[in-house]
Amino acid sequence: MKTVSELLHEIRPEFDFSTSENFIADGMLDSFDVMTLISDLEKTYSITIDGLDILPENVKSLAAIARLLAKYGVTA
Amino acid sequence: MNLRFANRAVSGLLTVLPANERLFVDEMTAFNFPAARSLKLKQVMGYDKHRLVDGQVCVSDLAVHGMEHLFSHGLLGRDDFDALIVVTQTGDYLMPPTSNVIQGRLGLKHDMFCIDINQGCAGFLIGLMQGFMLLDQPGVRKVVLINADVMSRKVSAQDRNSYPLIGDAASIAVLERSEDPTTIHANLKMDGTRRDALIIPAGGMRLPASPETAVREADAEGNLRAPDNLRMDGSAVFNFVQTEVPPMIDALLQQAGTTKEAVDSFVFHQPNRFMLHKLAEKMQIPYEKMPSNIVEHFGNSSGVTIPLALAFNLGERLRTSRLNICLAGFGVGLTWSSMLLPLGPMQFCEMIDY
Repeated sequence: MKTVSELLHEIRPEFDFSTSENFIADGMLDSFDVMTLISDLEKTYSITIDGLDILPENVKSLAAIARLLAKYGVTA
Repeated sequence: MNLRFANRAVSGLLTVLPANERLFVDEMTAFNFPAARSLKLKQVMGYDKHRLVDGQVCVSDLAVHGMEHLFSHGLLGRDDFDALIVVTQTGDYLMPPTSNVIQGRLGLKHDMFCIDINQGCAGFLIGLMQGFMLLDQPGVRKVVLINADVMSRKVSAQDRNSYPLIGDAASIAVLERSEDPTTIHANLKMDGTRRDALIIPAGGMRLPASPETAVREADAEGNLRAPDNLRMDGSAVFNFVQTEVPPMIDALLQQAGTTKEAVDSFVFHQPNRFMLHKLAEKMQIPYEKMPSNIVEHFGNSSGVTIPLALAFNLGERLRTSRLNICLAGFGVGLTWSSMLLPLGPMQFCEMIDY
């Protein structure tokens, strides 16, 4: 199973996501990348993420994504 | 705001699509993004093909083509209707109204109510409401509701956020009185404080079009667009839809005293497949009861996606049977609206090319 870091790298291979605390503010993920990431997370971890949870703040960092996944019972 | 109507019917529906079909894979080289990233987006959002007008084709061109089709095939008489509503955000001129342009080009009678409504993704529903209200007048026998947009002419081809999903189209719905006393329930909400989420900044009186407003500049995401072009705050619009639409539908069904199970199909505006699937999941509606295939086949033509989704997915059934349909539109304004109504059997429900 792919890790979150691997999924992020597939979407934006030009960035090192381990160095940023805010992927959105740092221009590493745009609004469409966020939807792509959500789709990838759902497929990878077999979960359905509520539309109201698809917010920039929930995917802005590795820690934020971990918290989002934890809400759906996934430890990544 | 809740509204109710009775003894009203949509007796016919025609959609007009530009014959010019473009493929996402051919256009993505114009975007300032790696091909792999664009292809990933194609998969998630459902981008594939879209229909765009060629050159200087206007709303009235699509509408007149459709109306002449109805006249020549005996589906509508030139003097059968007394009101013409045109819902568009891309009228032929700032003035006169496009409804007058169409009236004149078709040689329709002078004794007629013509009106333009500047509305977008909820425009088909607002047009239905206005049309149903006009039918309160004894002098109005039938209303022709034209919903049309050529928004591709206002979107930058280098804007990956908007261009792949945009489509051009027109629809013509014939509204009339009916013997069916079934109550049609509808609701409508607007929030002008969020008007900047979907906007074309230049071209009106606030910022007149000029050589300067035609200059494209890169945004933070690498999309190139000018003030003359459509600008969409994708995150804000997504959140607006997910927040406002599910409770709106719940309120509509409660108002009607019915359930989701009693609805044959939820035909919503078609922004993209991802957003519609998220709505279906939130509302616990099976995907097959909520069509989400218009963007991939034709593009997002604002309010016209609703009649297009009806004709494309339910055309045969609407010609032969009566269905309990929930419509919903949401977008520019911001505006959100829904309607629960019986549709069919219609005299016609078809699609033609321009």
